[in-house]
Amino acid sequence: MVVTAERTPLYDEHVRLGAQMTNFSGWVMPLQYSSIRDEHRAVREAVGLFDLSHMGELRVTDAALAQRVVSRNLGKLRAGRAQYAMLCNDQGGIIDDVLVYAMADGSHFLVVNAGNQDSDFEWIRSHSPSVLNVGREWALLGVQGPHAVALVQRLTAEDLSRVRYYAFVEGKVAGVSGIISRTGYTGEDGFEIFCANADASRLWRTLLEEGRGDGIRPAGLGARDTLRLEAGLRLYGNDMDASTNPLEAGLDWTLSLDMDFIGRDAILRARERGLTRILVGLRMLDRSIPRHGYPVVDDGERVGVVTSGNVSFTLGHNIAMAYVPPALADPGARLGVEVRGTAAPAEVVALPFYQRPRPK
Amino acid sequence: MPDLSGLRFSQSHEWAKLDGESATVGITEYAQSQLGDVIYLELPAVGQKLEVGGRLGVIESVKAASDLYSPIAGEVSEVNQELKDHPEYVNGDPYGKGWIIKLRSARDNPALLDQKAYDAFVQGQSGS
Repeated sequence: MVVTAERTPLYDEHVRLGAQMTNFSGWVMPLQYSSIRDEHRAVREAVGLFDLSHMGELRVTDAALAQRVVSRNLGKLRAGRAQYAMLCNDQGGIIDDVLVYAMADGSHFLVVNAGNQDSDFEWIRSHSPSVLNVGREWALLGVQGPHAVALVQRLTAEDLSRVRYYAFVEGKVAGVSGIISRTGYTGEDGFEIFCANADASRLWRTLLEEGRGDGIRPAGLGARDTLRLEAGLRLYGNDMDASTNPLEAGLDWTLSLDMDFIGRDAILRARERGLTRILVGLRMLDRSIPRHGYPVVDDGERVGVVTSGNVSFTLGHNIAMAYVPPALADPGARLGVEVRGTAAPAEVVALPFYQRPRPK
Repeated sequence: MPDLSGLRFSQSHEWAKLDGESATVGITEYAQSQLGDVIYLELPAVGQKLEVGGRLGVIESVKAASDLYSPIAGEVSEVNQELKDHPEYVNGDPYGKGWIIKLRSARDNPALLDQKAYDAFVQGQSGS
């Protein structure tokens, strides 16, 4: 069997911009256009434009089915609002982390990780047929950074000041119909805009053109990864997977344990037994770069593992997320990260590493 | 375009410039473009002896950590201290401010490529 990497409708735009492309979860995606550092900085200080069309979208038309598979109480999610939630298996392991959108017609729209879209779909469908796999019909553009809201506002008649964080409206941007969602994966304010594949290039080009004065830059998956790490946002497949439960991943707040969702009972049992590991933030105390898979050590003994790590361009030191035993998880605890055979000193710190200045 | 006359290149994408028994070593433009943003270098101590192809250190970019290999034999006489605070020099000026180490008692390595041969080698790699 020949597996060909899929292309988003913006593939030609990336090539035209000279992007370095990479294979990510079966998709050919831009890794960087110029420099990850510069793209990262543009998102923190101005605005960045991301192609997120590889992400999957599932439409669940049966509210009872949605409630059965999603970890949060959807009865509390009003139409026009979105929520971050888990899909868990019977053992309480995380199948995927998703955004759930409550649509006006009572259906739920799930935005899922690119590499999981088909398996998530099959898994949900195994419980009931009321689910559609529509990810390949939708493009998704991220507009993120302190200038993002003003930029998108200039291109739409919708009053975006009324679209709060984790809310969305259906409307037009630059004449393109879509869903304008005040969400993101960078730690900055901004929007994620869903539109039809056929309209994606027009919207992409208009945003780049109109955003020039705002300092817009196209930003690739490299910057997306360093940005989300600073913001303490977990990456599925790196920081959690089916062998991890949401309590270990520090995602208790995404669980409505009074609801009977799949995996709930196993999560309650795990809580009862007590956790053996928990995800923490680490700040490196020297210049070593922690990376996925590096052991975490305490007094020469391997006690955990780094799941994500890199430089923090914003903070100026190196950071990581790692699983460690709960007894070593308190902020201030001194640990080591084994880098090429040497224990580099690190300190447990609270997540997120970076929080944007709150609007006045 | 920087003046590359006198530079010779390894197939692991380091360059060396020999001046009598001294040499300066760095990584090539192609190497830095493949690595992307350099954020850290782990460099040898002054006095360390290096053989051709011996590991001289580690270069880390946002993407990954990669080993550096010495294109020629010699003894480390200096490491570029500027790179501690400015690893990005390796990206911006790999043949100038981004030099990595200097060697003394350097011995020529006839297997190194001249610029034309190295360019052809890179073409073959990136074209595949």
